[in-house]
Amino acid sequence: MKLVAWITEAGWEACVDAARRLRPDEVVFIHVAEVELPGPRGRRHQQVLQRMDALAAEAARALLIDAEERLTGATAADRVAAASRGEPYTRVRKVAAKGHPETVVMDAIADADVLVLTRDNLEPGPHSIGHATRYVLDHAPCTVVLAWAPE
Amino acid sequence: MIAEGLAAVALVGAIAAAIANRREAWVALGGAGMLLAVGALGWGEAVEEAEGLAPTLVVLAALLVLGDGCERAGIFDALAARLARGARGSGSRLLGLVVASAAGVTAVLGLDATVVLLTPAAFAAAAKARLTGRPAVYACAHLANSASLLLPVSNLTNLLAFNASELSFARFAALMALPWAVAIAIEWAALRFAFRRELEPHGRMPRNGPPPPFARAPLIVLALTLAGFVAAEPLHVDPAWPAALGAAAMLVATRASVKAIDVPLIGFVLGLGLIVRALADNGLGDLVADVLPDGATLLALLGTATIAALLANLLNNVPALLVLLPAAAAVGPETVLAVLIGVNCGPNLTYTGSLATLLWRRVLKDRGEEPEHGEFHRLGALTVPPILIGATVALWLVT
Repeated sequence: MKLVAWITEAGWEACVDAARRLRPDEVVFIHVAEVELPGPRGRRHQQVLQRMDALAAEAARALLIDAEERLTGATAADRVAAASRGEPYTRVRKVAAKGHPETVVMDAIADADVLVLTRDNLEPGPHSIGHATRYVLDHAPCTVVLAWAPE
Repeated sequence: MIAEGLAAVALVGAIAAAIANRREAWVALGGAGMLLAVGALGWGEAVEEAEGLAPTLVVLAALLVLGDGCERAGIFDALAARLARGARGSGSRLLGLVVASAAGVTAVLGLDATVVLLTPAAFAAAAKARLTGRPAVYACAHLANSASLLLPVSNLTNLLAFNASELSFARFAALMALPWAVAIAIEWAALRFAFRRELEPHGRMPRNGPPPPFARAPLIVLALTLAGFVAAEPLHVDPAWPAALGAAAMLVATRASVKAIDVPLIGFVLGLGLIVRALADNGLGDLVADVLPDGATLLALLGTATIAALLANLLNNVPALLVLLPAAAAVGPETVLAVLIGVNCGPNLTYTGSLATLLWRRVLKDRGEEPEHGEFHRLGALTVPPILIGATVALWLVT
C-alpha cells in the first residue's frame, strides 16, 4: 500500500501517527512550503524572499526528518542497517516542495492508495479545514484519512 | 506652462521607473537634469534643494550601515532564537513578540531594517517553533509602515519631513509617541483577529540549548547614535553628524559593509526632490496649498492624513510626501505630522505598497506564483482606516 502523508506544521504528529496505524509498505512524506512576502517589489524584496525560501526549505527538511523518525521509531541509518539484515521495513520518501499546496499534493497522490492529512485548525467546524485542504479533500482520487491536530 | 508640463512628465517618469523597478535613480536624476537644462529649474534652487536633502541622505545611508552591522553581528539571529523560545509553542504569543520587535526595530533602525532584516528573522522564529510563518511575516510587513511614526529616523518620509519642519528630534518623538502606540495597538488587535484560526495550532519549544547572546558592540553603537540624535539639536549640530559617526563606529565595531548603502535609492530621492522642487516653483505649491486643509483642528488634521494616505497609495509614499511637504510645512508642524501618518500608514491598503504598483503589475500580467491578495486587502481595510483616525486623534490630543 502506498501512502502519502501531507505534513504541515499544525499537527504533523497526528498525521504521522494516523499513517503508522495503517501499516503502509511505502510512505511518501510531502511538505509544501508557502513563502509569501507582501510589500513593495524591488531588489530588496527579491533578496528577502530568497532568504525566506532558504529558511523554509531548511525548516521543512528538519520537519520531514522528525516525521520519518516518528513513523519508524528509528533513524534512517538504523533502518538501512535493519534492511540489510533482511528485516521488513517501510520505504520512506521525503519530499520538500514549494508552490500552491493543493496542486503539489494533487500531483503527489495521483498513484497513491491512501492520503493522510491533518485539519488546519483546532476548533471543530468548517474553519478547521483550510482552502487548500478542502480542495484536496474534494478532488483526491484515493482514500483520505483526516487527522485532528492535538489539543 | 511648458516648464510645468516638463516637470510633471519628469515626475511621472521617475515614479513609473520606481514602480517598474527599472533604473529609477537614472530616470529621476535624468529628469532633474533635463529640467535644469531647459531652465524649468534654476541652478540656484537646485543647489539649495540638494544642500537641503544632503543631510537626510547621509542619515538614510548611515541607517542602512547600522542595520547591516546589527545583522552581521548576529543580532537578528539571536532575536529569532529568543522569539522562538519566548513563544513557548503558542502562535499568539509569537505574534505578540514579533509585533513588539517590529515596533522597536522600525522605530530605531527604520522601515528598511524591519522589511529586510526582521522579516526573515521572524519567519525563522516561526519555523523553529513549528508555527505557521504567515502571521509573523504579515506583522512585519504591516508594522514596517505603521510603526514608523515614532522617530525621525524610522522612515525616509519622516527624515524628509523632519528636515522641513521646525521640530526637534525629541519634540518629534514626543508628539508621535501616542499616535505610534495607537497604530501598533490597532495592528496587533487586527492581526490577532485576522489570523485567529492560524494562531490556534500549537508549535513546540525549540530543542537546542539556550539562544546565542546579543552582541554588545552594535547595540552600544546604536544607543550612542540615538543619544547623538537627541543631543544634536541643543548643540546646534546637524543629525547627519551623529548618523555618520555612528555608521563609522559600526563599520569599525562589526563587519558592517558600506555596500549596505542603497545608492540607487539615494539617487532616486535626490532626483525626485529636484523634480518636485521644479514643480513646486511652477505652481504645484499653490495647488497643493489650496487642497490641503488649513489649521490644526481635528477635522483639518483628519482631512490632511486622508489626502496623504490616498496620495501615497497613488504615487508611493516618498513622492506623495515630497509633493505635500512644502504646503504642509507652511501650515504648521501638526499638519506635517498628519501628512506623515497618512503617507506612512496608508500604503498598507494595497498588497504591493501602492495602488500604482498593483495596477502596473496587473497591466503586465506579471503575477507569477503570487498568492491571492484578498486576505491582505481585507487586513489593510481592517487596519488602515482605524489607524488613520486613531493616530490622528492621538496627534490632535497631544498637540
